[in-house]
Amino acid sequence: MHHHLILRVVSKMLIPPILLYALYVQFHGDFGPGGGFQAGVIFAVAFILYGIVFSLDHLRRAVPPHVVRRFVALGLLIYAGVGVANLLLGGNFLDYSTLAHDPKHGQHYGIILVELGVGITVAAVMISIFFAFASRPPTIKDTDW
Amino acid sequence: MEAFIDIVLFGFLILTAIAIMRLRNLFAVVMLSGVFSLLSAGLFVVMDAVDVAFTEAAVGAGISTVLMLGTMAMTSREEKPPVHNRLFSFAIAVVVGAALIYGTTDMPPFGAADTPVHQHVGPDYIERTPKEIGVPNIVTAVLASYRGFDTLGEVAVIFTAGIAVIVLLHGRTRPARSADARKKGKDA
Repeated sequence: MHHHLILRVVSKMLIPPILLYALYVQFHGDFGPGGGFQAGVIFAVAFILYGIVFSLDHLRRAVPPHVVRRFVALGLLIYAGVGVANLLLGGNFLDYSTLAHDPKHGQHYGIILVELGVGITVAAVMISIFFAFASRPPTIKDTDW
Repeated sequence: MEAFIDIVLFGFLILTAIAIMRLRNLFAVVMLSGVFSLLSAGLFVVMDAVDVAFTEAAVGAGISTVLMLGTMAMTSREEKPPVHNRLFSFAIAVVVGAALIYGTTDMPPFGAADTPVHQHVGPDYIERTPKEIGVPNIVTAVLASYRGFDTLGEVAVIFTAGIAVIVLLHGRTRPARSADARKKGKDA
């Protein structure tokens, strides 16, 4: 898509706000609509947009596929790790009240951590799936779109 | 006013569905499925289910459209003419649709306060969340804390799906030549 000047300029302006919005959705999910799932998808969209409009090689330089694959597992590990931490602190699995003195604060920390895990896994899986599909040879020429 | 918005949204939904059925160009079909998801997200907003609407807009209209386009790049852009008897497909669609509509007649009217779900579970969460969790968004409290184990399972599903796609498609990319041969050492 080298010749699409307008697309390139507009995406360059759009990608930072998309990332910022994803972070807002991620960390504001306990007050407004949203949470890890939505934030992860929005976060991934910013990278996928970059990969489509610029090139897959640009995207590979920004986020190497083997690093993204590590993050796929990291998110799930954070989520399950919070549960194991609760067990070690003497509570039930995923009973966040044990995370702090005040059970309410513990619940809040737990929700934020768990949502972070969800967001990381979702974003990494979406980017990985895009890599997997996009790195196969396209049968449609760029000019056909 | 709300009824008017409902009618407009449902009308567009039906029009989009008919257009998707009749079109043979897959690029247009993928785009129209994105439109369909966005219209559904609008309907969810009207029903006050903002969290669901948000997910539908982000996942249905956003990322799945992109992934469908990526998939389409590997296949043809035109749908093949159907080989089955069209009358048979039509009959199946009518029977399934009739069964679904028959099923809805047993459902309580939308927003009815005396349904079981609004008598036990709903009020319980609304009452307990400010005391036990202290999070304003009760949907988040239910998803991440009360039903935290379910959500862990959902994340595991996404994880498994991602791993499956990586395993299926990775390493079977272009035959190792020039650029790929150089990258192969890094990626493997």
